[in-house]
Amino acid sequence: MARLVVDNVSHRFGDLDVLADVSFELGANEILAIVGPSGCGKSTLLSIAGGLLASTQGAVRIGDAPATSLNPLTFVFQDFALLPWRTVAGNIALALEHTRLGQREIEAAVADVLARTGLADFASALPKQLSGGMRQRVGLARALAVRPAILLMDEPLSALDSQTRDLLMEDLERLLEQGNMSVLYVTHNLDEAARLADRAIVFSRRPGRIRAISSAPVAREKRADPAHAEAIARWRAELWSMIRDEAQAADRETIDG
Amino acid sequence: MADGNARNRLAPVPFRGAGFAPGESRLGGAAALVALVAIWQAVSSLLGVSPLFLPSPMAITRALWRLIAEGDLLSQVGISALRIAAGWSLGAIVGLVVGLAMGLFTFARAAGFAIVSALFPIPKIALLPLMILWFGIGEPSKIATIALGVFFPTAISAASGVDSVPRNLIRMAQSFGLPFADIVRKVVLPGAFPSILAGFRISTSIALLLVVSAEMVGAEKGIGAFVLQAGNLMQTDQLLAGVVVLSLMGLAVARAIAALERRFASWR
Repeated sequence: MARLVVDNVSHRFGDLDVLADVSFELGANEILAIVGPSGCGKSTLLSIAGGLLASTQGAVRIGDAPATSLNPLTFVFQDFALLPWRTVAGNIALALEHTRLGQREIEAAVADVLARTGLADFASALPKQLSGGMRQRVGLARALAVRPAILLMDEPLSALDSQTRDLLMEDLERLLEQGNMSVLYVTHNLDEAARLADRAIVFSRRPGRIRAISSAPVAREKRADPAHAEAIARWRAELWSMIRDEAQAADRETIDG
Repeated sequence: MADGNARNRLAPVPFRGAGFAPGESRLGGAAALVALVAIWQAVSSLLGVSPLFLPSPMAITRALWRLIAEGDLLSQVGISALRIAAGWSLGAIVGLVVGLAMGLFTFARAAGFAIVSALFPIPKIALLPLMILWFGIGEPSKIATIALGVFFPTAISAASGVDSVPRNLIRMAQSFGLPFADIVRKVVLPGAFPSILAGFRISTSIALLLVVSAEMVGAEKGIGAFVLQAGNLMQTDQLLAGVVVLSLMGLAVARAIAALERRFASWR
């Protein structure tokens, strides 16, 4: 059953058409990657899906969230979006302070998510004291703390170096397996999409339209098996072949102004 | 790879600079001040400059000591400090409320920036006669003049402080469903705080300037009146003693704001 339905969404900023007639469904416990050339409206779509931007046309609908969920739809941001004046624990607590939880429940929830994300020793650190990878772990921990039904991830690893990205991807796989969550994962990195996603939506250049929706050839839990490496690599190449010309055209468009 | 002889012929790469990065030297600052006072003292003593035109630092120190011992100077400083406290508090509170509203609400922003831009450049001391007409020669006119001077930089710094809060932080708070009041209290205000403090730094200097000016125009007591009276009586050592006290007041306020910054904005 669909957890999130994006129905005929279009968007324009002034005279600029950014998205055109985008429709798809996000299934339960599914990781759906959105890939496409720069400026194709991926992040705009995520903002619309998360209720941070009103679309010019169309609608986004969400299914019933589990009763345990404190916030059915939460974001993990590319730039972490941590409050620099709050500690790690304080940043996570921010997401819970206005919910039905009491102070002790908040403290317990924060401690639980800190332990799950390997941040227990950094609870009282300020963001400026952390590396980029650790900051994004805090961003992830904050999103998980509210027990979301849907996680909206906007290029969550793109600000990190490749080693940190690999480490965080491992953590992400583990955490997503634990939770009953669906994920809309915007990325320009096809390696991330090929490793994490169940399906990938390929966008055209601006205005972003859905060019294709492609399913992963191997189930997520089997992808670590080297026997499937070739199939995953083929899928990645297939996604790239759909994006390459569009990315090149988008790049020239940007240079041409 | 170069052999031993060839390696010996290689010239060391010369150091070409570190990007004009200025370092910190507390000792340098203190030494410059001491040198200035020493030169001043030497010029006064050795060249026989008339103490009427340029009293020596020693003479100023003696005058300062005498005025403190007599208790006169401290009472003058106390009166000025009370005027500053009242005027600054009033101007800062109203400025903060207006500035935050300008930063947060579209209409307040449009109206506020138009009015503030039009009125900010007016030298506030020029309005003192009008204030005296409205509020009388007593304390209210001086306090109102100081408050007016403090209001504008506070409002502008608060509004630009709100502007400087990264939008992604506000979007983050919205994405977690924080109510508007919580976003203002937990995200906007702390984020704007460094800019507000920078405004306080400016507004306290303006308050000091205005209290002296207002006291020179229409007061019998206060450090401004004291300095003016000393000037009229050609007591230049006392005049400069008053100036030294003003400088110390400015430094004390700057220190207090720096302490606030260390306490509440150490996250930067």
